[in-house]
Amino acid sequence: MPAIELRNVTKKFATADGGTYTAIENLSLTVEDGQFCAVVGPTGCGKSTTLTLISGLERPSRGEAFVHGEQVRGIDTSTGFVFQQDAVFPWRSVLDNVAAGPVYRGASRSEAAALGRDWLRRVGLSGFEDRYPHQLSGGMRKRVALAQSLINQPRILLMDEPFSALDVQTRAIMSTELLHLWDQTKPAVVFVTHDLEEAIALADKVVVLTAGPGTVKAEFEIDLPRPRVVQEIRFDPRFTRLYEQIWEALRAEVAEAYARTTRMAEVAS
Amino acid sequence: MIDTPTQDAVALTDRAAELPPAVPAAGLSQRSRARRRRAVLAVARLAIVVVLLVTWQACVRAKIVDPFFWGEPQGVWSTLVDWFTVGTSQGSLGAQVVVTLEEAVLGFVIGSILGVVCGIALGRVRLLSELFAPFLKAANSIPRIILGSIFTVAFGFGIQSKVILAVVLVFFGVFFNAFQGAREVDRNLIANARLLGASRWQVTRDVVLPSAFTWILASLHISFGFALIGALVGEILGANEGLGLLIRSSQNNFDMNGVLAGMVLVAVIALTAEALITLLERRLLRWRPPQSHGGAAVE
Repeated sequence: MPAIELRNVTKKFATADGGTYTAIENLSLTVEDGQFCAVVGPTGCGKSTTLTLISGLERPSRGEAFVHGEQVRGIDTSTGFVFQQDAVFPWRSVLDNVAAGPVYRGASRSEAAALGRDWLRRVGLSGFEDRYPHQLSGGMRKRVALAQSLINQPRILLMDEPFSALDVQTRAIMSTELLHLWDQTKPAVVFVTHDLEEAIALADKVVVLTAGPGTVKAEFEIDLPRPRVVQEIRFDPRFTRLYEQIWEALRAEVAEAYARTTRMAEVAS
Repeated sequence: MIDTPTQDAVALTDRAAELPPAVPAAGLSQRSRARRRRAVLAVARLAIVVVLLVTWQACVRAKIVDPFFWGEPQGVWSTLVDWFTVGTSQGSLGAQVVVTLEEAVLGFVIGSILGVVCGIALGRVRLLSELFAPFLKAANSIPRIILGSIFTVAFGFGIQSKVILAVVLVFFGVFFNAFQGAREVDRNLIANARLLGASRWQVTRDVVLPSAFTWILASLHISFGFALIGALVGEILGANEGLGLLIRSSQNNFDMNGVLAGMVLVAVIALTAEALITLLERRLLRWRPPQSHGGAAVE
């Protein structure tokens, strides 16, 4: 039984002018337990929408979403979610942020704090327990977000371009650390990104979506050996070969999405 | 309807801060230069007050301004001294201040709590806001100060009618800010809390309330001014004691110095309260980066 299964899902949104906007159409996706799946696609192809359907934050307009064989009907708290923007609570200290999940799940304050300290150590933030998020760098806030999510031992981890706001070096370091953390609990991961290099370096499987409305264009198995060091894996000749293959599939979609935005700009001007 | 003295004071301070340093002191360290600049500014501000008061007094002496209508600084001062040392026509000055403060503080606290509870509730529960929003908008558009007349008749000359008037004045400002604050909460934060396992109530308590606090605290600054106005107007409309009654009886005796002296006392109370609320704000919003400003609108 796969960890995540989307069966021909379509998601439409009502637009402000009374019409409907189709974000994804007839999209099918399967992620096995412990598999790291990266979803790439051009801007506006419904990558983030896919995640909201799996997490239960949104319901599909058509089709079904399953998590461990059960249909998703609402928010499932065995799912972890790392957002693109900061979603840590700015008014809580780092420790209180990380300990939030266990407290909401019924742990006592002291249990949650002890667990929180352990996870802060794992993400390399020991000594920062009492800081507020605004006192941390962007990379450190991402570590808080990761610890906040992973402390609940989610069986499914959804990540929405989590590192896109970070600078290139921090991003590579964080990616390596993510792989290391993922290895400890091995949840099924869906990692959304528009950066193909990041997708190949991290994932077991890369799914290419078409320009919106998004649907699966192609899937690629990434058979690079683990453990991987993200900063160095791109020098592997197999990496280059995979990159070329996948880029071949992605290129047309990126061009299509870009053409659309420029057409829209022309109409607007 | 009512302007608060605090807003003007803040604007003045900001403008003063933009002035170039009065004395370009070469060779001084950054910090001592800043300290020196602050001292110069304080002296300059004091000088402005002195000049205004002296001009006023001089105009009275030169018979340009009639103190019968406009009062005079010396007269205000001697009235204040008289109230402090001898007492007022209604008893000791302390007792009057305490009564007015009690009314204002009670009105402020009750009005704020009601405003926050109702604002958050309506901001969170859509049905409630759909049901009640039109009524609240209508209630907000009427000149609520007139209700003071009704409260005085209905609840009498005691403290009760003033507290209720203050509550009514405070409630709306706080309510609309809490409501807006509850609506403007970052959707990602709510989604994150729910995915972490928070119940609806926990989301309200741990995400919506602290997030709305930036807005609520902005409204509290102005709300204490409203509470004071409620207490004073209530007393002017009919009371046995309090600063409002003191001002009212001064007016009845054509004693403008007494009216102005009452005004000075009220201003001191308002500024003290403002300082306390700023302290509370700093304490509650410790988590915010220091450079950000709470840009919340009021009403």
